[in-house]
Amino acid sequence: MNTSTRLIVVLTGIAVISGAILSFFNILTAERIENYKLEQLRQSVAMVMPGTQDYETLTLSGKVFYLGKDAQGSPTGVAFKAVGNGFQSKLEILVGMDLEMKKILALKVLSQMETPGLGTKIETDPTNKEHPGWFMAQFENLNTLNGIRYVKNEVPDQEGEIQAITGATISSKSVVEILNAAISGYREVFLKREVQ
Amino acid sequence: MAHEKTSLYTEFTKGFWKENPVLRMLLGLCPTLAVTSAAINGLSMGLAVVFTLVLSSMIISLVRNLIPREVRIPSFIIVIATFVTVADLSMAAFVPDISKALGPYVPLIVVNCIILGRQEAFASKNSVGRSVIDALGMSLGFTITLTFLGAIRELLGSGTIFSVQIMPNAFEPWMVMILPPGAFLTLGLMIGTANWLTARKGKSA
Repeated sequence: MNTSTRLIVVLTGIAVISGAILSFFNILTAERIENYKLEQLRQSVAMVMPGTQDYETLTLSGKVFYLGKDAQGSPTGVAFKAVGNGFQSKLEILVGMDLEMKKILALKVLSQMETPGLGTKIETDPTNKEHPGWFMAQFENLNTLNGIRYVKNEVPDQEGEIQAITGATISSKSVVEILNAAISGYREVFLKREVQ
Repeated sequence: MAHEKTSLYTEFTKGFWKENPVLRMLLGLCPTLAVTSAAINGLSMGLAVVFTLVLSSMIISLVRNLIPREVRIPSFIIVIATFVTVADLSMAAFVPDISKALGPYVPLIVVNCIILGRQEAFASKNSVGRSVIDALGMSLGFTITLTFLGAIRELLGSGTIFSVQIMPNAFEPWMVMILPPGAFLTLGLMIGTANWLTARKGKSA
């Protein structure tokens, strides 16, 4: 065998073996990974719509809605993913709302890679030992019909207001903007379906 | 070959101190700096490297006489990438929480120069047994260093080690330690200490 044929044979051989090993492991783990993702989603969906036991997925105009149901099968609300840019990362928030999409029931951060110790407080704030999830909890039962606004260094007293995190104003602002954009976009699609 | 003369014990322990990949050779610093915001992240990153390095070294040293010189680097990379992907998929399936915490750094082990470096410098020239011993020593040295670095940063940055509260409640965490500057500061001090200890040892000997 001359040198160049040998090179091709060896590299191809290695690549084929590697491909075989990888497909084997992919088959071995794919189901577990998929189940884990579904389980995570199920838990998150139940978390943002209190009382939810089961949910249905509904796709309208390319937007995905999760319709929550309680143990008796009556609706608990509607949830969807709000995605947008934070201070330095993509924020993905699961929003649970009532069926009129007026009021937020609860929120859950699905993914964020904000500045550790500052922007990450949108999810958990270790400096607030009694209530580390205070920032997201502020949105619970918030009326969103006129949009959400944030205030800095003062106690929110108007409807639709929340308090920004000191030292993470941009992350706080991003959450509010992402929510406002997503809620109005999803509301429009979802309410039209109610009319039909 | 010069390597064949050293004892297996020396081959194993050199990775811990004398040729410690992070502190002495300054290899693989990207994952070192990026994942060590907590001790558990350092440990799991280290263990993923142990897995990849030991298996890659074993395979490479097994086939070292079959691989032509001209294509050795691509061959090494394919072998390494295969094991990294296997580790990544297995972690995502069996320890999803740790896999989530390590984020993109597990796939990036492919380009970690410690692994390619050991194949080029050691496994491609030595017997299987020796290569595995070398890989174990090097990767455990890497693991210990990362865990230690993670523990210091976690202790000062969050007041805990392996999520166990160590500091009194009154301790105000130094936020900077879990941010990127904390990684540079701590690693710099660790490398400085390692150099100082080596220099002192050299003088007294």
